[in-house]
Amino acid sequence: MRLSRWLADRWVMIVALLVLGYLSLPILVVAGLSFNRPSSRLSYDFHEFTLDNWRNPCATSDMCDAVVRSVQIGFIATAVSTVLGTLMAFALIRHRFRGRSGINVLIFLPMATPELVMGTSLLALFVAAGVPQGFWTIVIAHVMFCVSFVVVTVKARLAGMDSRLEEAAMDLYANEWQTFRRITLPLVLPGIVAAALLAFSLSFDDFIITNFNAGTTVTFPMYVWGAAQRGIPPQVNVIGTAMFAIALLLVGASSLRGRRARRAALAAPVAAVGAPKSAS
Amino acid sequence: MTALAHVPTTSGQSAVPPPAPRRGRRRLLPYLLLLPGAAWLFLFFALPLLQLAAASLYDPSGSLSTGYSLTWAFGNYPDALQAYWPHFVRSFVYSAIALVIALLMGYPLAYGIAQKAGRWKNLLLVCVVAPMFTSFLVRTLAWKTILSDNGWLVGLLRDVHLLGADGRLLATPFAVVLGLTYNFLPFLVLPLYASLERLDPRLLEAASDLYASSWAAFRRVTLPLSMPGLIAGTLLFFIPATGDYINAELLGTPNEYMIGNVIDSAFLVRLDYPQGAALSFLLMAAILAVVFLYLRRAGTEEVL
Amino acid sequence: MRQMGAKAQERDTPAGDLRLANLTKRFGIFTAVDDLSLTIPQGSFFALLGASGCGKTTTLRMIAGLEEPTSGQVLLGDRDIARLRPYKRPVNTVFQSYALFPHLDIHENVAFGLRRRGIRKVTEQVDRMLALVQLEGYGRRRPAQLSGGQQQRVALARALINHPQVLLLDEPLGALDLKLRRQMQIELKRIQTEVGITFVHVTHDQEEAMTMADTVAVMNAGRIEQLGAPADLYEYPATAFVANFLGQSNLLAGEAAGSAGTDVPVTAHGVRFSVPADRARTDRGPVYLGVRPEKLHLVDSVAQVPSGHQHVEGVVTDASYVGVSTQYLIRTGWGSEISAFVANTGAGRQLPVGAPVVAHWDARHAFLLPREAGADSDRTTPLLDEQPPVGALS
Repeated sequence: MRLSRWLADRWVMIVALLVLGYLSLPILVVAGLSFNRPSSRLSYDFHEFTLDNWRNPCATSDMCDAVVRSVQIGFIATAVSTVLGTLMAFALIRHRFRGRSGINVLIFLPMATPELVMGTSLLALFVAAGVPQGFWTIVIAHVMFCVSFVVVTVKARLAGMDSRLEEAAMDLYANEWQTFRRITLPLVLPGIVAAALLAFSLSFDDFIITNFNAGTTVTFPMYVWGAAQRGIPPQVNVIGTAMFAIALLLVGASSLRGRRARRAALAAPVAAVGAPKSAS
Repeated sequence: MTALAHVPTTSGQSAVPPPAPRRGRRRLLPYLLLLPGAAWLFLFFALPLLQLAAASLYDPSGSLSTGYSLTWAFGNYPDALQAYWPHFVRSFVYSAIALVIALLMGYPLAYGIAQKAGRWKNLLLVCVVAPMFTSFLVRTLAWKTILSDNGWLVGLLRDVHLLGADGRLLATPFAVVLGLTYNFLPFLVLPLYASLERLDPRLLEAASDLYASSWAAFRRVTLPLSMPGLIAGTLLFFIPATGDYINAELLGTPNEYMIGNVIDSAFLVRLDYPQGAALSFLLMAAILAVVFLYLRRAGTEEVL
Repeated sequence: MRQMGAKAQERDTPAGDLRLANLTKRFGIFTAVDDLSLTIPQGSFFALLGASGCGKTTTLRMIAGLEEPTSGQVLLGDRDIARLRPYKRPVNTVFQSYALFPHLDIHENVAFGLRRRGIRKVTEQVDRMLALVQLEGYGRRRPAQLSGGQQQRVALARALINHPQVLLLDEPLGALDLKLRRQMQIELKRIQTEVGITFVHVTHDQEEAMTMADTVAVMNAGRIEQLGAPADLYEYPATAFVANFLGQSNLLAGEAAGSAGTDVPVTAHGVRFSVPADRARTDRGPVYLGVRPEKLHLVDSVAQVPSGHQHVEGVVTDASYVGVSTQYLIRTGWGSEISAFVANTGAGRQLPVGAPVVAHWDARHAFLLPREAGADSDRTTPLLDEQPPVGALS
């Protein structure tokens, strides 16, 4: 009787924690495997504990080249898409203009289109136009699918901002530029930063679209994909674990900076992923 | 001069005419702000789709080396469908099953975090987002280890006779569906969480005050109010899951291949662009049709 | 250099009265402000009073430069500022929700306007201003760490530090609780007297307007219904709208047929009344005869009515005891209800419901307003108004 009452009150939380366990399990395995000395190239099982992988993460130099390339692409794609997306968000929130619904559709569609379709269509375009595929076609593709997410994230932040603050600044002798510089930008910045982080992680992790538009250029996800056929070097798990740790540190650092920053950091993925609602 | 005008106590400038309102510039500004981004999306999202449509109508006897000609070969579509309809069916069946499982897992998770977690809310939310912090492919490969024939999970299931002595998990439809569920679950949970978090717990108290059992309160209050998040989450899960081919490739065998695998090989291995393009369009059309029917049933047009 | 220039200009600047001339603002087909003209003398405390949607906030925003007039002028002295950008105007605003910058501390919020005008040394001025609003030592806090009343004072300091020619206050006390609001009303009045700047205060709270302002303008549907000192508005309203918006009034529908000597005779519901000619806005045609509820005295019989007083007979239908007074509803012989407030001086007794009663008033306390033909019934403000009646104690 007592037990059933206890279960009735808590079963939701128990299921929730089990599901969280399911979500976290692969990460634990990745972390574990980063200390593994595999028995053979094609084995995925834990064989023997070793620190070698962490000591020599670049033992397979192809992999580290791919990581560096992914980081480069990520930075460029993030910078470009953050600028383009932020400008669009400002236009959408702060201005009335004709053709607004068309622009909204153009922003919404890339988020609702299967990656496969975007990847193959870009490939068809590059081939038809005779553009050689490589580093820059990857950047172009990444900016394309990141822009929409940046727009949605920055838009959410801007929409939540009281426009009377800008009126107050103008009332207090700040001209348009000073108002933007002193009031609007500082208040929207957390949203822009969150959007940039989101764009970087989308770019860094993208495989499908990249795969169709990379030519012979190899990014980290493409390296992993290729290695999955030939046998995965355990250093891949080192990179995976390190990425996770860095991201976790960033979140931790932001939560140390206070509640508001943490909320903004969490709101970004929620807003971005909840995009179809706000894009209507 | 301008600085003087800013000092509020100086007002004797009646001779100065008011500056002409900068309406022209104001009206142009939004277009200038939109131009780079919209141009990018047009050039590299919309235009490619047109090119893909054209490619799907190319003469199928052409090749990359000899060049393709646009012959309006609508026959590419029935041909592609005839050759690969089982893959289409498999894509939709797998992602539908994965969706149902994800809903059963994701709703309690989102509800628990939004309404029951108290001060642990942010931490649990980080845990949901955390898997996305590391590579999608690396995580999917980790499932290969978890489901491996020599792994503890298979061993355990064999010991309790849920699995035969030579039964396996890896390289089965089960593994592919499990991978799909795992990879896209956060996309379902986050929008659902966002709408459940806005749910006022007093509404549930009011419902139970008005004789609703906890099931009735869920059915009549919680569920309808979480509908926007549920719809968004379902779409965000279903669209990428149906187009996915990584899980089928890494966790399955050619017997589990989905339509994505076929499109991938049409473009990158067989170099049969007309067929690949036709399949891509069919996939998009099929997904749009399912989404449209779903939205009609769900009675919400606000999503699109 | 700039300082000298400013001084030199100041000397030949004429009196900085704020004048609105034929100011009109339309939003699409909706006219928010309709051909508004008025003059606000320099250094006065002016209140724009009206219900929400009457156009008072739009008027304020046009003075601030946050809204561009469809037509008309905003003159400061003899300079038209109607088309200047807000940051080019010697006008500052205290916003309704304060609009304090959340990412700046109090010191920087207050210093914001000075810095934008290129003034480097601000600390001393900011400290002096924070002292004026009794917030010494709060400079390093963030707006979110302050209470509503404190935020309100920061908003005030942030505007006042710029020594604007006109300070605009947009419902500045709306978010405060009653007690704090009273306190801030007195405070604002004190500060206005101290700094001598023209205050234009927008509010829907008639009591707030009357407590604080030298001049009150009652706005309705984009126009000014009446403008004057609070007591003049209250004692001798110009329209039925003012009579009921500012406090409560009993308005009896009647007919006047021209003045006879110093009085205007009025027939209402078959009963003859008279109003002094200098209390009549019109002396002919359909009229309202108005009497404030607190100007009514209640007695048992007609014999007790003093000479020179007018009276109405009726029956008590409702009695609400509200502490300082008792508010009665009295059904007249012709069926409409009038209200009367009897001050709780301890002298009289409480009248029970159903008691016959005679309500009488000094003819000099009544007023006569024009009535639109067709508005045939009497008008009495509902008894249980949210605002306690002004002057109920008198």
